[in-house]
Amino acid sequence: MNTDILVVGIGGQGVMTAAETLARAALAAGLDATKTEVTGMSQRGGVVCSQIRIGAHIEATEVRPGQTKLLLAFESAEGLRWSHYLAHDGKAFVDSWRAVPPVVSSGHFEYPAQPATEMRDAGVDVIELDARSVATTLGDVRLANSVMLGAVAASLPFATEVLRTEVLRRFGKDAALAASNARAFDAGRDLTA
Amino acid sequence: MHALLQPAAAPEFLSGNEAVARGAWDAGVELAAAYPGTPSTEIVQTIAEFPGVYAEWSTNEKVALEVALGASMTGRRALTAMKHVGLNVASDSLMTLGQVGAKAGLVIAVSDDVGFSSSQNEQDSRFWGRFVHLPVLEPADAGEAYAMTRDAFALSERYAVPVLVRLTTRVSHVKRMVGIETREAPDGRRHGYEKDAARWITTPNHVAKRLALRAERDAALALEAESSAWNRLEPGQDARIGFIVSGPAYHVVREAYPDAPIVKLGLSHPLPLGLAKRLATSVERVLVVEEVDPIVENELRAAGFAVHGKDVLPRQGEITVPVLEHAVSRLTRGESRGKAAARPAALFPRPPTLCAGCPYTGVYFWLGQLKDTIICGDIGCYTLGCGSPWNAMDTVISMGASLGVAHGMVQAQAGEAKPKSVLAVIGDSTFLHTGMPALANITYQGGNVTVLLLDNRSTAMTGGQNNPGNGRRMDGTPAPRIDFARLVEALGVKRERIRMADPYELPTFRKVLHEEMKIAEPSVIITSRPCVLAPEFERRRPLKVVVDDCNGCSRCLDLGCPAITVTRREQQTRPSGNVVELAWTAIEQAACTGCDLCAKACARGAIVPA
Repeated sequence: MNTDILVVGIGGQGVMTAAETLARAALAAGLDATKTEVTGMSQRGGVVCSQIRIGAHIEATEVRPGQTKLLLAFESAEGLRWSHYLAHDGKAFVDSWRAVPPVVSSGHFEYPAQPATEMRDAGVDVIELDARSVATTLGDVRLANSVMLGAVAASLPFATEVLRTEVLRRFGKDAALAASNARAFDAGRDLTA
Repeated sequence: MHALLQPAAAPEFLSGNEAVARGAWDAGVELAAAYPGTPSTEIVQTIAEFPGVYAEWSTNEKVALEVALGASMTGRRALTAMKHVGLNVASDSLMTLGQVGAKAGLVIAVSDDVGFSSSQNEQDSRFWGRFVHLPVLEPADAGEAYAMTRDAFALSERYAVPVLVRLTTRVSHVKRMVGIETREAPDGRRHGYEKDAARWITTPNHVAKRLALRAERDAALALEAESSAWNRLEPGQDARIGFIVSGPAYHVVREAYPDAPIVKLGLSHPLPLGLAKRLATSVERVLVVEEVDPIVENELRAAGFAVHGKDVLPRQGEITVPVLEHAVSRLTRGESRGKAAARPAALFPRPPTLCAGCPYTGVYFWLGQLKDTIICGDIGCYTLGCGSPWNAMDTVISMGASLGVAHGMVQAQAGEAKPKSVLAVIGDSTFLHTGMPALANITYQGGNVTVLLLDNRSTAMTGGQNNPGNGRRMDGTPAPRIDFARLVEALGVKRERIRMADPYELPTFRKVLHEEMKIAEPSVIITSRPCVLAPEFERRRPLKVVVDDCNGCSRCLDLGCPAITVTRREQQTRPSGNVVELAWTAIEQAACTGCDLCAKACARGAIVPA
């Protein structure tokens, strides 16, 4: 049985990098994995979504509504936007950060008051995290993605340590960055332990 | 050095575009040329990082194809890559290539934006294979993109013909494990140019012979397709439906119907009719699964096959498992598999935005307020001006089309008592791509278009590639920078009608815009600020809103800057009885670039350095 994962957020947040890390960790764990990329128009503040499939052997690479095991959302309303992709036993990890776009600022649309509550009302198993605050406490808001990856680690079809190693591998010989990201990953992992 | 060059005994995790690049390099490609365009950009961008290959961002796709042809003529394996609409631009030379062919391997990688995520249309580039008489390879995934690109060079040399490698977004932008073979270094024995006037000079007296050779080549390629390892019949137990499938839809069919017999097309043009016949005679019915037009389907019908295809499958967008299952249920009149798709929550849209500090926000702040003006847009980040809050664009057609369309509108209204003003908005790279001939036409015809040449020194929308307008080559080395003022003067615009304008200086920019719109002559306003992601851009101290000074007029929101957010809304009734909507704002410090546009838009002086 495949594990389908959606990583979503907005352009510029590092959604693609986080998705790549998840896929490479799956490969390091000896599984097959595919990952979709988005470039072009969506890059600039628009909706960004990467689809990951993990399993023994992957054929089709698209993730289907109603069949996704995990949703990793780096922004609150984006979690709600993609939550219909989740299977009935799926789980959403959502950063509670709210990125309000100009279409809302200009009064044309409203941002939902409580996206996570709306998800729960629709029957979704939601784990809401204030990853950016955790990251800021650790010294840099940019550590939020590592916090999120730490949080989701225990729900993946491979060992947490494999993902942690993959997260840190990206920083190569930069020991300071690797150390701060290790702290962020562990903080995220402990939040959901 | 590119990460792909790590010692690679093991397979690599690559996107289809990276796989094409690696396949070309491993086939000994010596030259690669392209104009960037989603979803094809990363192909030549990746090749450029390999050693021993000359790579360039050409000024447009036609030039890139010709550059690749020149290399092929001198015995160097060459590749050009483009998005589907880029091949339209290159098509004039492409048609001739069908006739003269190639010498050293010449591969044209074209990526169709199936699902139109970042394009003005959806096209099926496989038509060009038929139109131009070129073989077409259709990889199903990154692994095949690697292997087929390698093989395409050999195929090209075997038949002295350029080969079209047709990708789609799902191949180009999906990463999978890719098996890597040992690299074949460029072969010096191929090098050398030999004069061959009867071949390379396409005067009418040479055409008949080339057409006859082309017909021979078509016949030989038809045999090649029947025996090609890229085309195969995969037997299956379930004979109710046999599938004929090409491209990434192969994996969709395999996942949804693992026991079905399948003809998997890889070298899909010329079509291996013999293989199709073997399938057709062993199954109850045949369903052709292809993206996006019924090309294989129609050719099979013309050859006498009774097949299904677009009678049950959609004519646009990607074929996914649910789409295929629905089509099959229509065909078999059986129960639809699976449950109805879950419905998305009703939610605000999040269209792409201009970046905080983007010089275009200063331009569109004014364009959004123009009345009785038609604004012909073009293709680039500035296309976003068509959206909220500016709504400052009337047309977007194709690369470089803004000027021609604008000129036509002006000339057509010439007899009207109150003709609408017409503006054309075009970026630096797009102007150099296909805008220049239309400006020469405007000045030549004595037209009256006000052109906004938004020079942000970057091919920004596709990721900030260098171009002749920013003075840097693809690899960052210095190049002569095109002087747009002198260029448009040379194209016939009067010197006093060429205005340099700073889009950060809102009042003076508006003055220049209105002056030029009033004058009944062609004029070009060149904006002078770089893209915020370009190396030239200087980020400044961020700004903040002094809450006590803000009166909620919300004029700063007319800029459409994503760093400005609303903290409070209120309706107020004025003494006149008018009800006004007020909004108090704040500025997100981390996003703000300190461009000062909002401070200049604020009549209250409520926006100050943080």
